[in-house]
Amino acid sequence: MALPKAKEDATATRLAGLSLPADAGWSRAAREDALARLQAQGVPQRRDEYWRFTNPSAFTAPEVAEAPSRDLPDEIPLGAEADRLTVVFTDGVFDPDASDALEGEGMEIARLAGAPDIHWARDLYGTLEARGQDPVDRPLAALNTAFATDGVLIRVSGKVTRPVSIVYRHRDARSDVLLHHVIRIDADAALTLVEAGPAGARSNIVIEADIAQGGAFHHVRDQGREHDRSATTAGFARLGEAAVYKSFTLSANGALTRNEHVIECLGNGGIAHVAGAAIGDAAAHPFHHDDTVFITHDALDCESRQVFKKVLKNGAVGVFQGKILVREGAQKTDGYQISQSLLLDEDSQFLAKPELEIYADDVACSHGSTTGAIDEEALFYLRSRGVPEGPATDLLVLAFLAEALDEIDDPDIAGVLRDQLSGWLSRHATR
Amino acid sequence: MLEIKNLHVKLEEEDKQILKGVDLTVEAGKVHAIMGPNGSGKSTLSYVLSGREGYEVTEGSATLDGTDILALEPEERAAEGLFLAFQYPVEIPGVGNMTFMRTAVNAQRKARGEVELSSADFLKLVRARAQELQIDADMLKRPVNVGFSGGEKKRNEILQMAMLEPKMCILDETDSGLDVDAMKLVASGVNALRDEGRGFLVITHYQRLLDHITPDVVHIMADGRILKTGGPDLALEVEKNGYTDLIAEGA
Ligand SMILES: Nc1ncnc2c1ncn2[C@@H]1O[C@H](COP(=O)(O)OP(=O)(O)OP(=O)(O)O)[C@@H](O)[C@H]1O
Ligand SMILES: [Mg+2]
Repeated sequence: MALPKAKEDATATRLAGLSLPADAGWSRAAREDALARLQAQGVPQRRDEYWRFTNPSAFTAPEVAEAPSRDLPDEIPLGAEADRLTVVFTDGVFDPDASDALEGEGMEIARLAGAPDIHWARDLYGTLEARGQDPVDRPLAALNTAFATDGVLIRVSGKVTRPVSIVYRHRDARSDVLLHHVIRIDADAALTLVEAGPAGARSNIVIEADIAQGGAFHHVRDQGREHDRSATTAGFARLGEAAVYKSFTLSANGALTRNEHVIECLGNGGIAHVAGAAIGDAAAHPFHHDDTVFITHDALDCESRQVFKKVLKNGAVGVFQGKILVREGAQKTDGYQISQSLLLDEDSQFLAKPELEIYADDVACSHGSTTGAIDEEALFYLRSRGVPEGPATDLLVLAFLAEALDEIDDPDIAGVLRDQLSGWLSRHATR
Repeated sequence: MLEIKNLHVKLEEEDKQILKGVDLTVEAGKVHAIMGPNGSGKSTLSYVLSGREGYEVTEGSATLDGTDILALEPEERAAEGLFLAFQYPVEIPGVGNMTFMRTAVNAQRKARGEVELSSADFLKLVRARAQELQIDADMLKRPVNVGFSGGEKKRNEILQMAMLEPKMCILDETDSGLDVDAMKLVASGVNALRDEGRGFLVITHYQRLLDHITPDVVHIMADGRILKTGGPDLALEVEKNGYTDLIAEGA
């Protein structure tokens, strides 16, 4: 099937500056396959159904739009609340001095770049991404698999004493970051992975997570609070029997963000929870945040939850596209999806497309999407008790976001993120 | 303490006059009760005094210890010492009751230039006051009024009042929806705060609350005005004969 001319040209333009890493070694075959996928799909364009609400051109332009970095020394970064094995990438480049030694109890950990042929990683690299290309094209993820320059490979088989933290630092106003992490959780093993910071001026980060029977993967991400950067992420997960996948993302600020999750529940009794809190003020800088989720139930008794909350102000735009697909035979599926936005003024916008597609008859699936303003009754009640309008509004905003933050199991991590949100609110006084 | 003169109020959105010249003075140390038929404007008066949006004062004034409260924001009125126990307390999902009360207490202290209460001092205080009102620890932890029974909401209002120690307390039908025991608790909560520096305006439909909180003065409100003012026996008269005769007499 030939691509339309415009798409073919855009794809060629994007690919012109890229080449497969010379030392790709064991990953070369997967990268070549991914490149072929990308060439067949073409880069995403505004007219594509899957990009109806978000303009992908910043992701596909050959040039990176300038995005200055900011020094923000005032906050406790996510990850610092516990002893973690820290891996640092500055503008997508591994920083050995800032990173801990890549070794930890209960796991194998290595960098993607220059990694020796590790058979489990070879089997996994690009595999879940490729599975996630059906039924929806995800060309940016294919592009990532083909051209990723580095990343972290983690296999967890025993008890992990130090959870892993990936820290991103951004210095170069034109950096273009392509990182690809591969996580494998063996049976009954567990890992918490924290990602924090702005990855670069433009970034494209993929995580593939394969979770075996009884395994658990907890993922918490804080995308930093830089303004002009554009970021796209895709988390591909495959869950075995009774496996657990829980992912939470905090996004404050950011000109353009597209976070995708593609999750397959393939073993009975799996649990997949994805949640996010996004907050943006487009008064001085653009803010467009898109969460796109696709969860497939293909086994008995699996539970999935999607909880996404967005607070939008001064013309900020929020997007949610969430789908639950229940395949034939996936009985007793429990699927829940809620996406809500709080618009702090009339200029902001929330666009939502919740979808259910169900081919089994004994399931409980629900979805809801709401857009609302601050509850004036509640605001008056708070003010009548002496809480000034600004702090009262902030309390109500935090209350709105609380349901998403409640999805985080670790109270210390949730506390750090709550503090960051409070800080953000106090810097963006509402009225 | 609270001085309301010739207060006229209409709805902002429609051309509907609700208060048509209310005159009322509550002295420090006194308890005034307002009774009156449904729709006579009692809640409207309490909302206008506390600064709720949607009303327009077309004439008259209201001052608290000489300060023109109608010119102030709701939070400023609260800091001046005005408190309204709502007829329908508002549920606020996601905001913990305790967080809410600590924020309110400290916001008022800050506005008055007083030092804020430490978490420990606040906790000690709130526990003691909650116990007096038989409010358990669980209710303090839950989101504000969410899932509270009608009676629990009203007790929570009185707890807030006890924590904020306002000088002018307006209670809008705090007795409605309360069983006998809860009403006694609420009444003793109010009586505990009775003090020569504090005024109360108690809106109620029933004598039974006034059996426990003995008023100094009773007002009858009808059609946006104070129709009649008297002593505690005026409430007994209402209880016995209803409003019809009083209104006919006043007309
Ligand atoms: N926001 C509003 N919109 C429309 N009508 C209103 C509004 N607020 C008050 N009113 C009307 O004003 C009148 C007075 O209402 P208010 O609630 O003050 O009465 P009340 O004396 O407290 O009655 P109740 O004893 O039933 O509590 C009523 O006719 C009511 O319908
Ligand atoms: Mg009323």
